Amino acid sequence: MDFSLAEERRLLQDTVVRFIAKEYTFESRRARSRLPEGFSRETWKQIAELGLLGVAIPEGDGGLGGDAIDTMVVMEAFGRGLVLEPYLSTVVLGAGTIVEAGSTEQKAAWIPAIVGGEKILAFAHGEAASRYDTRHVETKAVKQGNGWKLDGAKAVVLDAPGADALIVSARTAGATGEARGISLFIVDAKAKGVAMRAYATQDGARGAEVKLDGVTLGPDALLGREGEALPVIERALDRANAALCAEALGIMDALNEATLEYLKTRKQFGRAIGSFQALQHRMVDMTIRAVEARSMAIVAASGANHADARERQRMVSAAKALVGQAGRFVGQQAIQLHGGIGVTDELVVSHWFKRLTIINATYGDADYHLARFSDLLLAQ
Amino acid sequence: MDLDYSPDERAFREQVRAFVGANLPPALSAKVHGGKRLTRDDYLSWHRILARQGWVAPGWPKEHGGPGWTAVQQQIFDDECAAAGAPRILPFGVRMVAPVIMRFGNAAQKAHFLPRILSGEDWWCQGYSEPGAGSDLASLKMRAERKGDHYVVNGQKTWNTLGQYADWIFVLARTATEGRPQEGISFLLVDMKTPGITVRPIRMLDGEHEINEVWFEDVKVPLANLVGEENKGWTCAKFLLGHERTGIAGVGPCKRELKHLKEFARTERASGRPLIEDARFRDRIAQVEIELMALEVTNLRVLSAEGEKRAPGPEASILKIRGTEIQQTLSELKMQALGAYGIPYVPEALDGGWDGDPVGEDYAAPVTGHYFNMRKTSIYGGSNEIQKNIIAQMILGL
Repeated sequence: MDFSLAEERRLLQDTVVRFIAKEYTFESRRARSRLPEGFSRETWKQIAELGLLGVAIPEGDGGLGGDAIDTMVVMEAFGRGLVLEPYLSTVVLGAGTIVEAGSTEQKAAWIPAIVGGEKILAFAHGEAASRYDTRHVETKAVKQGNGWKLDGAKAVVLDAPGADALIVSARTAGATGEARGISLFIVDAKAKGVAMRAYATQDGARGAEVKLDGVTLGPDALLGREGEALPVIERALDRANAALCAEALGIMDALNEATLEYLKTRKQFGRAIGSFQALQHRMVDMTIRAVEARSMAIVAASGANHADARERQRMVSAAKALVGQAGRFVGQQAIQLHGGIGVTDELVVSHWFKRLTIINATYGDADYHLARFSDLLLAQ
Repeated sequence: MDLDYSPDERAFREQVRAFVGANLPPALSAKVHGGKRLTRDDYLSWHRILARQGWVAPGWPKEHGGPGWTAVQQQIFDDECAAAGAPRILPFGVRMVAPVIMRFGNAAQKAHFLPRILSGEDWWCQGYSEPGAGSDLASLKMRAERKGDHYVVNGQKTWNTLGQYADWIFVLARTATEGRPQEGISFLLVDMKTPGITVRPIRMLDGEHEINEVWFEDVKVPLANLVGEENKGWTCAKFLLGHERTGIAGVGPCKRELKHLKEFARTERASGRPLIEDARFRDRIAQVEIELMALEVTNLRVLSAEGEKRAPGPEASILKIRGTEIQQTLSELKMQALGAYGIPYVPEALDGGWDGDPVGEDYAAPVTGHYFNMRKTSIYGGSNEIQKNIIAQMILGL
């Protein structure tokens, strides 16, 4: 049992925290959000040059050989900075999946390019009728020659507009809700038949509805074993949720810091509003939530790579549920305690709040994860 | 003890429903139900329709053009309008400055301003809060210096709702600095076209333009626009705070939102099945519906207990706290119902005339922004913390 960060990780943390403090001011974040792609390719290169894209990729595959704890360190700092660059999609989901399930050729084709900041990926799994259910896949990949023909539609694919390739789940067998029969494919974002309806997201990033209309896939597009992708997908989403817990934690700490400062400096009725006991207790409640969220982010990062799938899901769902609840409370109360300025676009507080809200809606909200944890409880 | 509406009240509801059904333009109702942006004309057109019927100011005394309804009838009217998707009649003219003019204004002010408020000819906005005066409104700094036949007004107001559409603004300004802060405040009526007034939009977290800063630089306000006595403006403000009754709880709009929430839950799919079949989510809807029921009956009890003439007591604070909490919960559940479709931001879809393809269901576009926007309700109108202070002091004697 050891909650301290090893020397290497402290250096990593130092690096990324300083990078955010210097390069990712709130105003510069706003400017990046206004770029057509919703993020900065230049910043992505800087992030690559700092080695951040390879932290959790095995050394043998061209990374730094770290794990989910290193991802946690990066994501926590990214949370405070409200980083827009597609780290979760490209690195945690994309690279992580290719490392786990990819062939030697696929890894060679993609991992160095991702780690070098040259390729962006998006993860296209959820669909309009699924609502977080990992098994609900209607998109189909039908055998065509020695490859497949892909047809279907993917919903709210984060970071799709700027992606070079999409990792797409589709059924090669089985009925819509079955565990078996789902396959993963690496699909060129510009392939014939891939159509995107791109949009901004509520937190300043980008996403798209992706239609797949008779997309021709060669045999080397298959990622992992045909029909057996569900465990890979679920592991990927658990990794992503662990990362999101860390990002949310970074935001919560930032919100608490800002709110505490406001309570100490804002005066009404001739005194700092932080002198009112009701607000003191509220601030304490927010602080406690962030402390617990940190604990659960550690649980999630530790659990994300657990060998036992049930235990992994249990730990990650526990974390995503609690962090979702905590994030909601901290976000809402930070706005409340800031009064009228809390609901303005000008102040960073509302942006942290909006990002927390979107994190909770991503890859399973608090209620979804509570239900998954509860179902696992029943099976114990 | 009778929870039922009387036959007269039920007949009244039918009458209101029939009128609204026949006179509320479907395009306007669709905008309101669809959460679309309302234009100045949208608000005014409904105001004029109600004004022609004599129904735009339900709380006004008959002598000034009110319909002479009981408090329960006013609530029924609010409910029916909300259910039908009518735009709300903004409170600033009809429910705020008008009662002050009636109570504290002189004959000339009543004769001039009241008919124009009733007809909709003058759109009013409020100038109360300042950057340094939120909950502590009495600490306001906007200065009105008497110079001959006018005041010269300097300062800045913030959190001004829809001032960009307004013709007139009522402000609290400081006319004296000696004594307690409350004793040096005056209530002034100001023409928004007066030179020296600048309206600057404040963008809210939902990206929309609903509130403003209003800057006053050497603005000349005729002495004739002082309401009541100089330095007695705080009395007007306190009167206003206690005066608004039926609007506070927001029962009508909450019922409309609940109806939408249920529609969403029936339409959204989880694992291919309607979301409403998910007992956990349905329980959340059930919980808020139960709380809304309690709010509705509490609201009616508060209204029924008081006569026409008495302003509501601190019970209004209970209605404000619970009304805003339920509004916020409903907005949050609607967003939650969308799942991942709460993530996209498609602001063009908020325009009434937009006919593009929706992302997700056609009701999705305004939902998350509405959740964000509703965070204001526990802050404005006297924050919920202040409301709890009022209850603690005035009801509980703490």
